[in-house]
Amino acid sequence: MGNNNENLNKNMPARFRSPSIVTWLCWVIFIAFIAMGLNNANISFERLGRGILNIGSFLGDAFPPDFSRIGPITLSIIETLEMALVGTTIGVILSLPLALLAATNTSPHPAIGTVVRGIILTLRTIPDLVFALIFVISIGLGPLAGILTIAVDTIGFCGRFFSERIEEIDKGPVQALESTGASRLGVISGSIIPMGFPSFVGTSLFAAEKSIRGAAVLGLVGAGGIGVELNTAMSLRNFDQALMIIIFILIVVLIFEKISSAIRKKVI
Amino acid sequence: MISLEVKNLTKVYPGATKALDDVSFQVNPGEGVVLLGHNGSGKSTLFRCITGFEKPTSGSIVIDDTDITKLSRNKLRPIRKKVGMVFQNFNLTYNLSVFQNVLFGALGHSKTAFHTFAPFASQQLREKAMACLERVGLAHLADRRADRLSGGQQQRVAIARMLMQDPEIVLADEPIASLDPVAGREVMDLLLEIVRERGLAVICILHQMDIVLEYGERIIALNAGEMVVNESIEKLDRTFLDSLYAKEESTEKERKVE
Repeated sequence: MGNNNENLNKNMPARFRSPSIVTWLCWVIFIAFIAMGLNNANISFERLGRGILNIGSFLGDAFPPDFSRIGPITLSIIETLEMALVGTTIGVILSLPLALLAATNTSPHPAIGTVVRGIILTLRTIPDLVFALIFVISIGLGPLAGILTIAVDTIGFCGRFFSERIEEIDKGPVQALESTGASRLGVISGSIIPMGFPSFVGTSLFAAEKSIRGAAVLGLVGAGGIGVELNTAMSLRNFDQALMIIIFILIVVLIFEKISSAIRKKVI
Repeated sequence: MISLEVKNLTKVYPGATKALDDVSFQVNPGEGVVLLGHNGSGKSTLFRCITGFEKPTSGSIVIDDTDITKLSRNKLRPIRKKVGMVFQNFNLTYNLSVFQNVLFGALGHSKTAFHTFAPFASQQLREKAMACLERVGLAHLADRRADRLSGGQQQRVAIARMLMQDPEIVLADEPIASLDPVAGREVMDLLLEIVRERGLAVICILHQMDIVLEYGERIIALNAGEMVVNESIEKLDRTFLDSLYAKEESTEKERKVE
């Protein structure tokens, strides 16, 4: 009996386990960053106090919102929406073939897969404002730069999620079509795309929501849309106009999110 | 009609045991063979080799005078057209209509996938798909989404898709294992009826002994990758067949002794 107990105790898991050196190292780096970050932000009660006062005076100037320029602002909201939708649509259309090339189970060659995944990764990692700056420099101010920015941003987002979905697709139906003697394209259009379709639609709608939010600020660097108006109003200290623009953006984004979640529910 | 010949087929997975060990047999046109064996005895590997999804380590598989083990993916396609598959999990494209699923059976025969899409397929192909559905008794559900059907109905759709392919050999991988006994028997009856009326050769993996005895003409049994039985069913009795499934432990012991 005693012998048995000893054996059992030997297998008993320890109360605490010392984390690995890597874990320790990660914690040390993390805490160091937080400490340095707080230090560099120069936080003082005096600054915070002043900040609160400034926000108060901003709000004081902003209320009541100024609706006098509702005409031109509505037009530029519409331009923003158009930029977002056109850019997202182009992005989604380009994402599908790229995702098929990137996904390990549909890629024609592992090397092609790696290259395409690299391209998608690059497009995703570079922030959209950076792309906007590049496009504004290369093709000039205006909505075209915004559309291209959003298209590129959408490829980074949809390319990744489409290809992950494709990799998760049930192998059975795919193999069933392969065993009928179908070509690669036949299998892709007969089972992979239809099975992935609901998820593709959901992802595209998320991308569109993201694009509308993104399109609202692209104007800050001159890439068209409502951001141009917001930037002007802020620089001229017309805070009442700025607030009106912010309210407009809020309404448009909320309406679009409602529509998109309704569509998503229907498809999935 | 074509025959199938498997010669000295061996498949060794890297770092693992032999999944198939020198298996040889022939299936003649129109013949019905039941393939028996435990899980892991090599049945599925054998099927995957015959359909070209897996390359054997050595040996050959001759379908229609062609050794398919040497063929590239593209050259396999015309052979795959002649081999129809029925799966345990039906493997339909579940969020499409029954009709569309059946039309996809013609993918191998069509110039492009576009020619098999329901809205664009030729009238002739659409009529053929309806005839295949009628044969399995589901013409009235053609417009229904595949995932709205019961398991038995889904398997019948899969059989209609297989018919659409005009195969000459049918491989059925536990076609009734995920169905209840009643639906299973209906599906099995239908499959065998269709196979016989078209004179197709069939290899069927089955575990239900009653059904095996009722439907099989010849039995091939695998055990740990080796073929242990290849006999016409009249020469085998029930006790022997049952022993095939009871034997696992004893053979393993024997192996250890060796």
